[in-house]
Amino acid sequence: MKKVIHLAALVAALAVPGIAAARDLTVVSWGGLFQDAQRDVFFTPFKTETKAPLLEDSWDGGVGVLRSKAQAGDSNTWDLVEVEAEELAIGCEEGLFEVLDPAKFGGTEKYLPGTASDCGVPANIFSIAVAYDGDKIASGPKSWADFWDVKAFPGKRSLRNGPKMNLEFALMADGVSADKVYETLATPEGVDRAFAKLDELKPNIVWWTSGNQPMQLLGSGEVAMTTSYNGRIPAANAADKRNFKIIWPGAMLNVDSWVIMKGSPNSDSAYKLIDFMGRPEVQAKWPAKLNYGVSVTDAQKLVPAELAANLPTAPENLAGSLTLDAGFWVDNIDQLTERFSAWAAK
Amino acid sequence: MTDSTYWWKLAGKAFGVGVLLFLIAPIIAIIPLSFNTSSILTYPLEGFSLKWYAKFFADPRWWTAIKNSLIVGVATVGIATPLGTLAALGLSMTGFRGKSFIIAGFMSPMVVPTVITAVGIYFLFSRLGLANSLSGLVLAHTALAAPFVVITVSASLSQLDRVLLRASASLGAGGLTTFWRVTMPLIMPGIVSGAIFAFTTSFDEVVVAILLTGPEQRTLPRELLSGTRENLDPTVMAVATLLITLSVILLLVFTALQQRSSRLVDKDQ
Amino acid sequence: MNETTSTRFSIKAAGFLLILPLVLFLLAVFFVPLAGMLRLAVEDTDLSSVMPLTVEAIERWDGTGLPAPAVYDAVAVDLIAAKETRTAGVAARRLNYDTPSLRSVITATVRRLPKTTSTGTDWATELPAIDPAWGKPEIWQAIARARGPWSDFYLLSAFDLRRDPGGSIRAARDDGGLYVDVLIRTFIIAFTVTVICIVLALPAAFLLISTGSGVSSLLMIVLLLPLWTSVLVRSAAWMVILQKNGLINTLLINIGLIGQPLELIYNRTGVLIALTHILLPYAVLPILGAMRNVPRNQTLAANSLGAGPLRTFFSVYLPQILPGISAGGLLVFILSLGYYITPLLLGGAGDQLLPYYIAFNTTQTVNWGLAAALGSVLLAATFLLYAAYIRVVGVQRIGLG
Repeated sequence: MKKVIHLAALVAALAVPGIAAARDLTVVSWGGLFQDAQRDVFFTPFKTETKAPLLEDSWDGGVGVLRSKAQAGDSNTWDLVEVEAEELAIGCEEGLFEVLDPAKFGGTEKYLPGTASDCGVPANIFSIAVAYDGDKIASGPKSWADFWDVKAFPGKRSLRNGPKMNLEFALMADGVSADKVYETLATPEGVDRAFAKLDELKPNIVWWTSGNQPMQLLGSGEVAMTTSYNGRIPAANAADKRNFKIIWPGAMLNVDSWVIMKGSPNSDSAYKLIDFMGRPEVQAKWPAKLNYGVSVTDAQKLVPAELAANLPTAPENLAGSLTLDAGFWVDNIDQLTERFSAWAAK
Repeated sequence: MTDSTYWWKLAGKAFGVGVLLFLIAPIIAIIPLSFNTSSILTYPLEGFSLKWYAKFFADPRWWTAIKNSLIVGVATVGIATPLGTLAALGLSMTGFRGKSFIIAGFMSPMVVPTVITAVGIYFLFSRLGLANSLSGLVLAHTALAAPFVVITVSASLSQLDRVLLRASASLGAGGLTTFWRVTMPLIMPGIVSGAIFAFTTSFDEVVVAILLTGPEQRTLPRELLSGTRENLDPTVMAVATLLITLSVILLLVFTALQQRSSRLVDKDQ
Repeated sequence: MNETTSTRFSIKAAGFLLILPLVLFLLAVFFVPLAGMLRLAVEDTDLSSVMPLTVEAIERWDGTGLPAPAVYDAVAVDLIAAKETRTAGVAARRLNYDTPSLRSVITATVRRLPKTTSTGTDWATELPAIDPAWGKPEIWQAIARARGPWSDFYLLSAFDLRRDPGGSIRAARDDGGLYVDVLIRTFIIAFTVTVICIVLALPAAFLLISTGSGVSSLLMIVLLLPLWTSVLVRSAAWMVILQKNGLINTLLINIGLIGQPLELIYNRTGVLIALTHILLPYAVLPILGAMRNVPRNQTLAANSLGAGPLRTFFSVYLPQILPGISAGGLLVFILSLGYYITPLLLGGAGDQLLPYYIAFNTTQTVNWGLAAALGSVLLAATFLLYAAYIRVVGVQRIGLG
């Protein structure tokens, strides 16, 4: 019997470390190549400078996930999370995030005007744009209408699973000009029109959920065109000697933000990391990695001109692109996600 | 007449060979791709290379995952094996009303969809603060693995020759002595088989792991899932090959144990 | 009490003691969580946790017209408190499940409410001034429906149904539902996989039983190896094999059989192939067991009496292995209801089974009530089939050994 008790104690000792240990700062970002780049530019230098431990996790977005983390209370393991625009707004309103104290990260003035808010500071400026394989399609597609045109450009398409941005893209494919997209979407008829347009393409759509999937689907030849985070495209070209091309007109400009989860026991370290990432000299190293824009005003001057031309924020790339209307999605994301799920499953 | 029977049987066997090929071929087919120089996952192979394995062994994330999976697997075996063995012994000793109900209850973790078990445990554990800990994962895996131990140990117990036990008792051995000296050695193959089953159940489990693990507790199947979805390259095939090798080894050990246990029974009779 | 009965009694007691630890363990880690899930499917406390006064006050409303000013006051007090604790989102989400658009009413109201309650405000006029929705009966009916603590709201949602203001049950959506389709789809896929598995398992089992023991044990390893290989590894293997430029398409194009690659993945085909592969051994083993029990001389006798091979098979052989077939078939059917990862990797959006939506509502939309309701439906189906399975094979032989 003694033996059994010893065994049980041994087993318990083996299993216990998960509970007892205090958690280290956990940063949550979007995984894959993107997070690899963030690690190089932000996380590892921060660890070296502060000698503080830092853990990472990744996610694929969705305000529901943030709600579940907040609901989990003490067993929530996330501290600093990179969220998309409507997640920032909804989560802040619902109290999923800490209201930030600007004094703890050197104030909000250093960021581009209008990008910092109650609960978040800008983390990354990027576009969702169409990519295709230049080696397979010589005279490539130019517009959303071409993306929908499976006769002229045969093959499957890949879009991000969810209504956000896809409804906008569908309307542009249906001939709505970029500046009228949200005006159209604001009406029930506009939403129906977008779904009807998506219906046309539906048999040819493979849905992606995480940022690395589009490049995987394009690279394996599974799809002929895909939407993708703009930065993953040159990164895939560099890593796998590909000739993927990007279409800037009709791209969707987004700003992601860093938020601190409500009740985070590591908020002090999280503030330190926000402060570190906001230094102009640190930010300036970011565009070179994945062609994403910087959010700190002083860092913009440090970005070399030839690099700046490849960023989503470059004037020629911005022409014809659309900026995500977070307000629309704050009001509609739950309802349209439900409709989208039912539609996609049919 | 017999002639046509012969052809029918031959056709049946040929079809059977085809079915077994369908079972084994996909598993065999991906192994060479992990040794290919090219990153493109198809045949013909371009050349032999171990670089994908090198990449795997150099990545600390895979190591953490292996470590977590081993800890959880061993701890699951450590709890599920004694629990399951005791229960099987208890079941073999007594008949009582409602016994079949208990047995059906013991077996239900095998048939209830893992996602339901996982979600139920997740709802409960996130309130108890056990979500995002290896302990929570071990408890959940033990529930999934214990039925297998009950089954394998029960199978060895049913083959056990009662005469031996009575002989032992008539020679003056007490109940416990008989148990340790006679019963235990005879059912050992069943216990070890159950432990192996418990280990693979835990080592391969991904659905509970998705819900119950945070970044620190990522297990091997959890990492493999991310790899398969986001970055299906030969490194993933290398991990798959290593897992297949482990499965083959465990299966061979298991088969050998089964044969040994049936030989033991033959000898006794 | 004589000695033998007391020994028998103590053996019985010892047996119970030995069983007890596993019983307690499974109760705590398996059955209690399942019960918790069932409870979550009928529990409805999101609204009352945030707006306790409102929920209490609305009890006294008769459901017609607008409620009394006291209810308006309760709403104001609750929401001002919720503004302070930033919990209004929970209530907004719950009401939004009932009537989409109510989220924005709640959040907009909270935004415009003062930080503290001041006495003397006439909330019955003030609230409709903030948002006109407060002046219509719909929002009050929604609040009354969501007051909890128990409701059939989530269970009805799992069947695409809801209650209208009069309390009678009707379809929840005009454009057709989602979950009934998913449930039907889950059963159709499970049934298809079961039929394919049985058709394939018969010759495989026949081959295993009619070869010599040496070859047979090798073939047995071939049969068992997939069972021992992680489902994830097998699904990944099928992805590599079925991709557009995967093994099968490259092979078929190279030998000139097809010009364009076949679409084998991200659709129903991929799901069916992979699920069949994963579940086939579960069909073969019981059929093999049944075949082993058929006395050889019977088929020989039938043959010698002049029955043709097909007739012998159907009239003599098949009836004897039928228990094995039904056991294998039921087992495959039960297990195929529960696959989540394989359809996720190999199917399209229209090929996901019920488990996908359970996980989706647990982690993505975090509608735990709905996830629990869908889980309860699947659990009920599983237990019914499990009972049928036990009836077929007998409780002592549940395990595959």
